[in-house]
Amino acid sequence: MYTYNEFDNAFVRERVAQFRQQVERRIDGSLTEDEFKPLRLMNGLYLQLHAYMLRVAIPYGTLDSAKMRQLAYLAERWDKGYGHFTTRQNIQYNWPKLADVPDMLDALADVGMHAIQTSGNTIRNVTADHFAGAAADEIADPRPVAELLRQWSTDHPEFQFLPRKFKIAITGSPNDRAVTKAHDIGLRMVRNDAGEPGFEVIVGGGLGRTPMVGQIIRDFLPREDLLPYVEAIVSVYNLLGRRDNKYKARIKITVAENGLDTYRDLVEARFAELRPAFSGVDQELLAGIEAEFAPPAFRDASTDGYEAHRAANPAFRAWTDTNLTEHRAPGYAIVSVSLKAHGATPGDASAEQMRVLADLAERFGHDELRISHEQNVILPHVHKSDLPQVYATLRAHGLATANIGLISDIIACPGMDYCALATARSIPIAQEIATHFDALKLEHDIGPLKIKISGCINACGHHHVGHIGILGLDRAGVENYQITLGGDGTETATIGERAGPGFSADQIIPAVERLVMAYLDLRDSADETFLQTYRRLGLTPFKAALYPDQEKRHAA
Amino acid sequence: MTRRPFTPKVVTANALLEGDAVWLTEDDRWTRDIADAELIEDEAVAEDRLLFAISQPDVVVGAYLADAKPTDTGPAPIHFREAFRTRGPSNYAHGKQAGE
Ligand code: SF4
Repeated sequence: MYTYNEFDNAFVRERVAQFRQQVERRIDGSLTEDEFKPLRLMNGLYLQLHAYMLRVAIPYGTLDSAKMRQLAYLAERWDKGYGHFTTRQNIQYNWPKLADVPDMLDALADVGMHAIQTSGNTIRNVTADHFAGAAADEIADPRPVAELLRQWSTDHPEFQFLPRKFKIAITGSPNDRAVTKAHDIGLRMVRNDAGEPGFEVIVGGGLGRTPMVGQIIRDFLPREDLLPYVEAIVSVYNLLGRRDNKYKARIKITVAENGLDTYRDLVEARFAELRPAFSGVDQELLAGIEAEFAPPAFRDASTDGYEAHRAANPAFRAWTDTNLTEHRAPGYAIVSVSLKAHGATPGDASAEQMRVLADLAERFGHDELRISHEQNVILPHVHKSDLPQVYATLRAHGLATANIGLISDIIACPGMDYCALATARSIPIAQEIATHFDALKLEHDIGPLKIKISGCINACGHHHVGHIGILGLDRAGVENYQITLGGDGTETATIGERAGPGFSADQIIPAVERLVMAYLDLRDSADETFLQTYRRLGLTPFKAALYPDQEKRHAA
Repeated sequence: MTRRPFTPKVVTANALLEGDAVWLTEDDRWTRDIADAELIEDEAVAEDRLLFAISQPDVVVGAYLADAKPTDTGPAPIHFREAFRTRGPSNYAHGKQAGE
């Protein structure tokens, strides 16, 4: 795994020391809030509804046990004993006190972590496929490139004041688990006709107020051209992006207003200028980083015990059916640990759970952990013979819910329970949907179904790309929930369609139930997923299920 | 242009050190219980009290006027967002509802 070099370390320590002084000067009154706010945001510190919130970057969602233990320590020492994993593969602490934050940042720096560039109009934490380095369908581990991008973008003098924030996602696999088409730049590893690996470069995707699926600006970019090409994209945006209107400032609008072809021409021209300056130092750097991401020494062992345990233990079998993904090494599995126990807050983990996960990673998982944008924790490399023990430990700590990809594996942003920008709550809706369908015992029958909930139009909960998306709004002083259908965040990315008028907080669960019952009725077999049925039939039959009264009125 | 009639307000903000919600009292203190806040019925007074709040940047952050209504026990919030600020999150018994 990548470890910080001395330069990184000195940089992070210096930033913490600076911030400590800034906090002191804010508290003694020599800095006003207007002066302090941009400084605290640069260090990941927000002020929310009930308290400050510290957002800590987990670059490309990768952690080792030491880092995870330190996250647990922060949760216990300075917060309320838990942390919240987000759709940006970050962790948020919801209750820090202002005066404690520099100590928290110092504790993070002890394990090579920080909260820099988790805010502001900069290039944010680069996100990656959470199965990176493990997935059977992967061309190459995308994390060395993600790390290269992180080093290149961190404190990049040209890109500290972009028109707006800038998010890059990367996957090394043609099957997109990193929602690359909903990012300012998406990078998807593909092979050209000669079989060489390179990147499909996607630009101008994004959710929020004006959701857009990213467009392909280059269908094959050789790996060695990546940095100058990305720099060209950002540099064109830096000049062309609108600074007059915050809602039109993201690159998706720049690309839409100028047209993809014009944007591409400008990027190619800039790329031609920049390319010669990249003399290969970046490639040397990349080679060095790649060495740090070398795959672990996988072990060759029998899986007979695993199969026998599966056959004898139905609960274990159900968990292996939903929570495992095919690994590229024989005998291994990728374990998705659900942070979505029915009724729990999606993405929350207690300090104790974090420590259990760290211990499991250390004992059985080559010391690797990942955070997924779906707010779960991944043990990427577990030998199948160890799974019975891993499962038993997870189960003892409320971490063995067998629901990955199912209706209760819901993405929910913090919403109005924490977030100052929210227009409605999202967490209670997620909790109720999960407990409701668990009580109906329908979850496994329903099969793959992604529900995603956002508490405002900013769409941190990715509702536009949920098979069922739920957006919480404020309608005349009452919480109201709008449904979108048919969204998809994978390589076949689609923005969901708005189903119709929203529902009140007590009507949204029955509405979701009507949708799901309609699907069970309409699917042509148990193998046809919700999304497939929706794509086959379109909005109409689902709309009829959502708004039965209107149907009756039409019929009368 | 007709102006909307003034509705009663409280001055609220977040505490600088703890970050939690606080309300301005009649005697210029910051309280953590909205029921102890000053309910302002006059627009000019409201502006004045807000300016006073803003002049205390070393105590509070982001002061603003929020709609409130009188009750037997003191001012109470009107909008659900303001109601949440008096309690805390709904997923854990943290914040003001836990007496913090
Ligand atoms: S979607 Fe809105 S409410 Fe939810 S976390 Fe983002 S900004 Fe906050």
